Amino acid sequence: MKMKKKNPASPLMEGKRRGISSNAVTLLMVVVIYAVVCYLLYSGNMSRQVTNMLVSISCYIVLAVSLNLVVGLLGELSLGHAGFMSVGLFTGCLVSLATVDVLPLPVRLPVSMIVGGLAAAVVGLVVGLPALRLKGDYLAIVTLGCGEIIKTVITNLDVTGGAKGLNTTPIYGNAKTLLPYSIVLVFLVIIVMMNLKSSRHGRAIMAIRDNRIAAESNGVDITYYKLMVFILAAFFAGMAGTIYGHSLSNNKAASFDYNMSIEILVLVVLGGMGSIRGSIIATIILRALPEALRVDWVSDYRMLAYSVLLIVIMLLNASPKFADLKGRWSIGNVIYFVANQKKQKEAAHRD
Amino acid sequence: MVKLIQTLISGLSLGSIYALIALGYTMVYGIAKMLNFAHGDIIMVGAYAVITTVLTANFPPLVGILVSILVCVVLGVTIEFLAYRPLRQAPPLSVLITAIGVSYFLQNLALLIFGSEQKAFPTIIKLPTIEAAGVYIDGITLITLVVTAAIMVGLTLFINKTRMGKAMRAVSEDKGAAELMGISVNHTITITFAIGSALAAVAALFYGMSYIYIRPTTGSMPGIKAFTAAVFGGIGSIPGAMLGGILMGVIEQLSKTYISTLWSDAIVFGVLVLVLVVKPTGLLGKKISEKV
Repeated sequence: MKMKKKNPASPLMEGKRRGISSNAVTLLMVVVIYAVVCYLLYSGNMSRQVTNMLVSISCYIVLAVSLNLVVGLLGELSLGHAGFMSVGLFTGCLVSLATVDVLPLPVRLPVSMIVGGLAAAVVGLVVGLPALRLKGDYLAIVTLGCGEIIKTVITNLDVTGGAKGLNTTPIYGNAKTLLPYSIVLVFLVIIVMMNLKSSRHGRAIMAIRDNRIAAESNGVDITYYKLMVFILAAFFAGMAGTIYGHSLSNNKAASFDYNMSIEILVLVVLGGMGSIRGSIIATIILRALPEALRVDWVSDYRMLAYSVLLIVIMLLNASPKFADLKGRWSIGNVIYFVANQKKQKEAAHRD
Repeated sequence: MVKLIQTLISGLSLGSIYALIALGYTMVYGIAKMLNFAHGDIIMVGAYAVITTVLTANFPPLVGILVSILVCVVLGVTIEFLAYRPLRQAPPLSVLITAIGVSYFLQNLALLIFGSEQKAFPTIIKLPTIEAAGVYIDGITLITLVVTAAIMVGLTLFINKTRMGKAMRAVSEDKGAAELMGISVNHTITITFAIGSALAAVAALFYGMSYIYIRPTTGSMPGIKAFTAAVFGGIGSIPGAMLGGILMGVIEQLSKTYISTLWSDAIVFGVLVLVLVVKPTGLLGKKISEKV
C-alpha cells in the first residue's frame, strides 16, 4: 500500500476544523434561504415561476433527506421511495378531503400529514419486513417491486380516483398558504436526521452499514434498526407527499413510479451519501435550475445530464485521487484555510 | 380447456422472451457479481436498430437482425468497459447506482434521438397461424419457442463443453483462483457481456414481432420482469433463468386471462417479493453461506 502523501505546508487535510459545527452551518443555511424566500414571497416580489416551485422543492428536500437515511446511513438502496410518498399523498389527501368542511387548515393539514405519514410508515414496515432477510441488489429490486405494486394498487382503487387521478381541487392550497407547513416539515426532518446521526441509534445504523457482522456481534439489533430506518424514512416521505398533494389540483398514482424514485436517488447521490447539507443543496440546484431557466434545451437534456452525472460521480468516487482532492477542497476546509490565513497574517503583523 | 391451452402457449412464448433476457442478467450476475440494470434498455436499443436499418435505411430484414445483434454486442461491451470496469473493486451500492445511471442514460438518449412517440416494428417474417383442435398458434409464437429452445441448448453446451465456458464457470466460482490459473477475468467478463447483449438483441427481435410498438421506455418493464425471473429461478444459475423466465411468462399470461390485465404487474412483483422472502436464493440457486 502506498502511503497517503501529506503536504505539511497546507493545513487543509489535517485534523478536524474548529469553529461552528457542521450541523449549525446546515441549519443556518436553511434558515437564511427560507428567510430570503419568505421575505420575497410575502412582500410580493417573487415571480410566479419561482413561487410555483417553492412547495415542490421543499417536499423534494424532505424526500431526499429521508432517502439519505436509508441510502447514506443504512447503506441499502431503496427504489420505492416514490411509492411511500404516494401512499402518504393519497391517504393524507383523502383525510383532508373528508374533513375539508369541518376543520380549518391549520388543524386539517397537520392532522392529514400525520395520518398520511403513519399510513406510509405502515407500508414502510411491510416493505421493511422482507428487507430484513435481503440486502444489496435483492433489496433494491424488492423495494422497486413494492413501489410498482403500490402504484398499481392505487391506480386500480376507486377511492383514489383510479387512473383519472384524485381530484384535490377542494383542498388545493397555493404556495403562500402551504409554505409555512413545508418549512416546518423541512426543519423537522433535518433536526431528526441530525440528532439521529449523532445519537447512539445513528451510530448503530452506520455500524450496520460499515460491517453488518461486526455490528451484530457487538450486540446491535439489526432487525430493530433496519425496520426503524425504513419506517422513519417512509413516515417523512408520506408527510412530504401529503403537502405535495395539496399543492396540486389533481394527483395521479402513475406519476409516482420508479423514475421518480430514481430522481430522488440522484439528489441523494449528487449531494453526497450521508450528508444532509449535500442533499439540500443538490435538491435546490437540481430542482430549481431547470425550472428557473425554462430554456428548451435544458428541459430536453435535463434527464440525460442527470444520468451522466450519476455515472460520473460514481466513477469519480471510486477513484482514490478524486477522494483526496475532494477532502482537500471541501467547503469546510476551504473556509478554515481562508480564515486561518487571515489569522496567520494578523499574527505576522503583530510580530 | 381450449382457453387454458391458448393461455399456456402464449405464456410460454412470452416466458421464452423473458428467459432470453434473464439469461443475460443471470450470466452477468454470476460472473461479474453485479446487477446490470441497463440490460433491459439494450433490448430497446436492439429494437430501434432493427427499425432504423429495415424501415429507415430499407435494408432486408436479415441485415437488420445482424446489425441489431452487432449494435447490442458493441454497446454491451462498451458499457462494461466504460462504466463497470473502473468499479470492479467498488462497493456493490456504487455499481448498482452506476448501472441505474446507464439505464437512464440509454432511455433518455433514445428519447432525444427517436422521440417519445411509439414506432412500429417491421414485419420480419410472415408465418401462417396454425390451428390444431381449436387452439390457434401464431407463427411468431412458434418460431419464438423454437429459436429460444435452440439458443438455450446451444448456450448450455457452450458453458459446459468449451474452454471459454469453463473459464466462465471458474470466474463465477472464484475470481482470484481463476486469475491464478491464468484466466483473464476482464476478458471473460467482456465475453459474458457480449453474449448477454447478443441474447438481448434476439429477445428484442421477438419482443418487437409480438408487441409491434417500441418506445424509449420499452426495455425497462421486460427488463425488470426478466430480472425478476432470473431471481425467481435463482440468480447465477443458467437453467434457473430459463425455468424462471418461462414460469414468469406463464404466471403473467394466466393472471392476465383469469384475473385482470390491470393487476398483472402487481401479481408478477408480488410473486417476486414472496419468492425472495421465502427462498432468497430462488428455485435453483445455490445456498451461499456467509464467510466472516
